[in-house]
Amino acid sequence: MRSNALLFAIPLLPLAGAVWNAVFGRRLARETVAFVGCGVVGIAFALALVAFVGVAGGRGDVVHVAPGFSWIVAGNFAIEVRLLFDNLSSVMTLVVTGVSFLIHVYSVGYMAHDAGFARYFTYLNLFVFAMLMLVLGDSLPVMFVGWEGVGLCSYLLIGFWFEDDAKASAGKKAFITNRVGDAGFLLAIFYIGWVFAQAAPDRSFSLSYGELKANAAALAPHATVIALLLFVGAIGKSAQLPLYFWLPDAMAGPTPVSALIHAATMVTAGVYMVARLGFLYALSPVASSVVAGVGAVTAFFAATIAVTQTDIKKVLAFSTVSQLGFMFLGVGVMAYSAGIFHLMTHAFFKACLFLGAGSVIHAMSGEQDIRKMGGLWSKVPRTAKTFFVATLAIAGLPFLSGWVSKDEILDAAFHSTLPGAKIFFGVALATAGLTAFYMFRLFFIVFTGKPSHEAEHAHESPPSMTVPLIVLAALSVVGGGFFPGLLPIGKFLGEAHPPSFSESLPPMLMALGVGAAGFFVAYKLYWGGPSPTALRLATAWEKVATASREQWYVDHALGRFVPRVVMVTGFMLWRLVDFFLIDVVILGGASAFAHGIGHLARLAQNGQVQRYATTFIIGIAVLLLFFLRCRS
Amino acid sequence: MVPNEQILGLAAVLFAVGAIGFVARRNVLIVLMSVELMLNASNLALVGYGRLRAALDGHVFAFLVIAVAAAEAAVGLAIVIAVYRRRRTANLDEVKTLRN
Repeated sequence: MRSNALLFAIPLLPLAGAVWNAVFGRRLARETVAFVGCGVVGIAFALALVAFVGVAGGRGDVVHVAPGFSWIVAGNFAIEVRLLFDNLSSVMTLVVTGVSFLIHVYSVGYMAHDAGFARYFTYLNLFVFAMLMLVLGDSLPVMFVGWEGVGLCSYLLIGFWFEDDAKASAGKKAFITNRVGDAGFLLAIFYIGWVFAQAAPDRSFSLSYGELKANAAALAPHATVIALLLFVGAIGKSAQLPLYFWLPDAMAGPTPVSALIHAATMVTAGVYMVARLGFLYALSPVASSVVAGVGAVTAFFAATIAVTQTDIKKVLAFSTVSQLGFMFLGVGVMAYSAGIFHLMTHAFFKACLFLGAGSVIHAMSGEQDIRKMGGLWSKVPRTAKTFFVATLAIAGLPFLSGWVSKDEILDAAFHSTLPGAKIFFGVALATAGLTAFYMFRLFFIVFTGKPSHEAEHAHESPPSMTVPLIVLAALSVVGGGFFPGLLPIGKFLGEAHPPSFSESLPPMLMALGVGAAGFFVAYKLYWGGPSPTALRLATAWEKVATASREQWYVDHALGRFVPRVVMVTGFMLWRLVDFFLIDVVILGGASAFAHGIGHLARLAQNGQVQRYATTFIIGIAVLLLFFLRCRS
Repeated sequence: MVPNEQILGLAAVLFAVGAIGFVARRNVLIVLMSVELMLNASNLALVGYGRLRAALDGHVFAFLVIAVAAAEAAVGLAIVIAVYRRRRTANLDEVKTLRN
């Protein structure tokens, strides 16, 4: 373990950028705002790279810790704000700062004409700061601060164009849904604190990861409850069933935000959390099974919705939910490095896809409906090629990044001995086929065939947008080599040895088979635009297709159910608590009491002077007697 | 020399008569006279105690009470006359507007 205060520069630089742009941004030229906004993240990435070489160079033995300051000291409870730069957080930090930097650069072109340019970069830098605190913080409370910070930035950026009521509502929906999950996270923190206080009442504790790990024995009897409560937090943040529905709506924000926050980084925080607390999940096979099951079911569920969406960003949003499900399947079957590996490669290809979608939307002057696109291959060649590469990666073409990482997860699920793991593997395999199908469907509809009327005047985006696309596409290709080559997968995150090649061959072949089948069906149905067969199928299965397009009516049902519950609860609280309890019982009771006392006292006041005098004399006599008694 | 017991006893009897008259009679003038009776009973007690202690403060205090009683009688009779002019009565039971 090595002490290194410079680590604090990594999160604090983006914070400084956010403060700078918030204070001076409106009066400065756009070039300056963009330079500061991108620059701080770029430097943070460079610093992270330097620190990473220290970790990876030592093959995972050197852990940097930035000594911090006392934040909360209350009796035996003392939280210190410290940063921890170990194998896990180094990978996360690199992904966060690296992808953030590319997306910052892309945003300079994408948001060039927006009135809120400085505000946008303020929020974006603030997000990077919060995300880095989440990843680098060395204790659960510090992680929670980052957790809330990214939630706030997500809300601010989804509702970035707040003049549009629907977009502002989407921001609120995301924030409120996340609250539900955060409640679980908080309860878990309280629960751990309670267990520690019970186990050793005299010792002070800080809830740092090292401390949690050292006291795993004390936590073991409560591991299932704690792990499941934490997973509730992960469900909210990472848009898993049943709290997935905010993420598709979150696409109301600017497209680079969708790429950064709602695909590459923030939504993966739940996966990071489970991986970080892997030692806790390892204590509870039940909780791990639940994580894997929720992940697998979500992956399949979201994929079935993605196949019928007509909004380019919605397809990618449901694809993100689906891929997050894959990651949870990975960490659920205790293949933490596989989950984090997929998190990283997904950050590359999904960011590339979202930014490509942004470039397409930019080229189509704001049009997001894929039915109005088509034949864009020659119109936006650089965007189209990078989009194609990223599509190949997510669909699982051998040797591209997505294939390597997804294969690791399927492999781990296949060999897992957890209850239900075989079923989860089957579900995930079907999802892999669906993934290939819906991604190629999207690609063929948008880029192949005859240019539609609207697509006639499409034009390629500026270099500040296409260069990040090319970099991300390159990473989507070679990203798969990072873990096995640069960072040996099992060893880097300290797990059991990966299965040998012959053992992992069957799941790999199965995945290849379903992937190829998905591609082939998509090619038959959608090459050059929807074929007559595709349209005929859609009419024949109209009910199913509509249900899928409407997200199996989950959102509708919730939209009807939740507001009604809130209304009824609110009405009850109003009538019972506010009206009856406070107005009638408390306020009315107090006034009735005073009124009654006054009424009694009034009887004595009858206006007869001599009655008063009698009372007076009797009173004096009693007092006199009393004092004379006391004297003697 | 009159013994102290008799002086204090007379003061007590006078005070009691005054108090009973003050409470029991309804005519305002009689009530005011009863007040005077009580004041003078207390004067007598003050002087009596003053003599007992062979000091002058009791006597001085009695003069103060006489002065205040004069002022009280002046104000009290003025109020009685004002009430009588308005109400044409000197009966206390009929003057009880300030009630409840």
